[in-house]
Amino acid sequence: MTRPKDSLIRNPTITRINHWITATCFVLLMLSGLSMFDPLLFWMSNLFGSGQWTRAAHPWIGLVLVISYAGMIVQFWRDNLWTRDDLAWLLAIDRVLANEEESVPQVARFNAGQKFVFWSMAFLIPVLLFTGILIWDYYFESFSSIETQRAALLIHSMAAIAAILIWVIHVYAAIWVRGSMRAMTQGYVTPGWAWRHHRKWFRALVSTGSQGPTPRTSVDEPRK
Amino acid sequence: MSSLQSQDYIRISAATITPPSVRRHEDEVAKLIDVTRCIGCKACQAACMEWNNLRNDIGYFEGSYDNPMDLDPATWTLMRFTEWDNPKTGDLEWLIRKDGCMHCEDPGCLKACPAPGAIVQYANGIVDFISEHCIGCGYCVKGCPFNIPRISKVDHKSYKCTLCSDRVTVGMEPACVKACPTGAILFGSKKDMSDWAGERIKDLKSRGFENAGLYDPAGVSGTHVMYVLHHADQPSIYANLPENPRISPTVEFWKGLIKPFALAGIAASVVVGFLHWVVAGPNEVQPEDEEEAEHFKKEVEEAHARAISDKPA
Repeated sequence: MTRPKDSLIRNPTITRINHWITATCFVLLMLSGLSMFDPLLFWMSNLFGSGQWTRAAHPWIGLVLVISYAGMIVQFWRDNLWTRDDLAWLLAIDRVLANEEESVPQVARFNAGQKFVFWSMAFLIPVLLFTGILIWDYYFESFSSIETQRAALLIHSMAAIAAILIWVIHVYAAIWVRGSMRAMTQGYVTPGWAWRHHRKWFRALVSTGSQGPTPRTSVDEPRK
Repeated sequence: MSSLQSQDYIRISAATITPPSVRRHEDEVAKLIDVTRCIGCKACQAACMEWNNLRNDIGYFEGSYDNPMDLDPATWTLMRFTEWDNPKTGDLEWLIRKDGCMHCEDPGCLKACPAPGAIVQYANGIVDFISEHCIGCGYCVKGCPFNIPRISKVDHKSYKCTLCSDRVTVGMEPACVKACPTGAILFGSKKDMSDWAGERIKDLKSRGFENAGLYDPAGVSGTHVMYVLHHADQPSIYANLPENPRISPTVEFWKGLIKPFALAGIAASVVVGFLHWVVAGPNEVQPEDEEEAEHFKKEVEEAHARAISDKPA
């Protein structure tokens, strides 16, 4: 991948592949899931060949997503831990939304919005997995009572709707904050992008002489 | 069952359109199963297999008269045998109930079904599965208050009693009715069947079955398969016949309010995003951001250089 000399690596190749596998699965799950959720959208099952194919494919795609998202968690959990900066950032959300970032408290690699997306999905995906298994009729119809499966269907639907809403926020934020999309396609951002949106992350990278995505831990800094 | 053009639909699963309905004079039908006259011969089960061409795998003897032990994709009706100690009389009563689809007036399976036209209700009240549209998801199983539909592991289709809709449509009675040797199963208009059941119940009461009654549960707006029970006050003694069946509130909610709210919510989130784009616009990196970043980087590098040169040798 070619990139400008002084640019910073936001997402290394493995992260980007991992992300786009997750994204593909999510979109396919959303299309197939919504087609089975509301009859108005049943026509979307044709994208998968037929209603039968949609019903058969959905849970398998879900399993791929679970494994893929587990990979995202491994790569991202540490930088998504909640810090005091996040509260300050949240309190300035009106200025964030107005693109007045100069006066918004600085954040490290991820801001509170990104952390919200990350942890929401980290919670919703296991919920979708467990309820999804209970309603995977072909293999698991005899594992639980019908009453349990009714509740599982309802919880699965509501968790999926929540996940879709969060996905809309995630996609819009990527479109809104220019340069974010390239950070996930080509993997790099400019120093100005890092300065503007993630100044603490930028400072940490520059002070440790790292190209990203994380500051170097062993720095041969001069002894004082 | 395949779709029967000669019968009018009054309900179609997963459809918001009004089904065609020009023949409005159709009588509602009902099958009346008089449990008190049943001798448990299973002729109805055999007739059902024969007419519908169902051949189950040979199973194993499980120590019960029930054979097979449960409904399955190739067993659409099943005699369920219960030995019940009547606490009042001390008698041992052998209760035999012919289990199968109840053809609810308000069918939970149809409500839950996500596939347009996979479950239909004809004007005469029969609830039918149109197999070519079935996707095998099992939602009907969750929708049904009587635990009737069974999904085939082979063809991934849901199956249950059709009330012999193919026979009824050409003016014949269901196969089980035709086969019953004691007249315990009758078929006709729902009104006639209810009237006849009333006479039977009167007769039963005169013989000491004071709680005899008709099982036509109101929770599902009545059914098109009804039972005459000697102990209508406790239907559950008949192999767990539900006391007050209704579509589960969980299913009602899942198939009710949250559908429009979810779609509206998702659409609204997209609209809000678009409005934000129009009002606030994209958040773009400005030339001064790049300059400041460059400036900061230089400062750090200079500080490092100083620190290294200051280092004692």
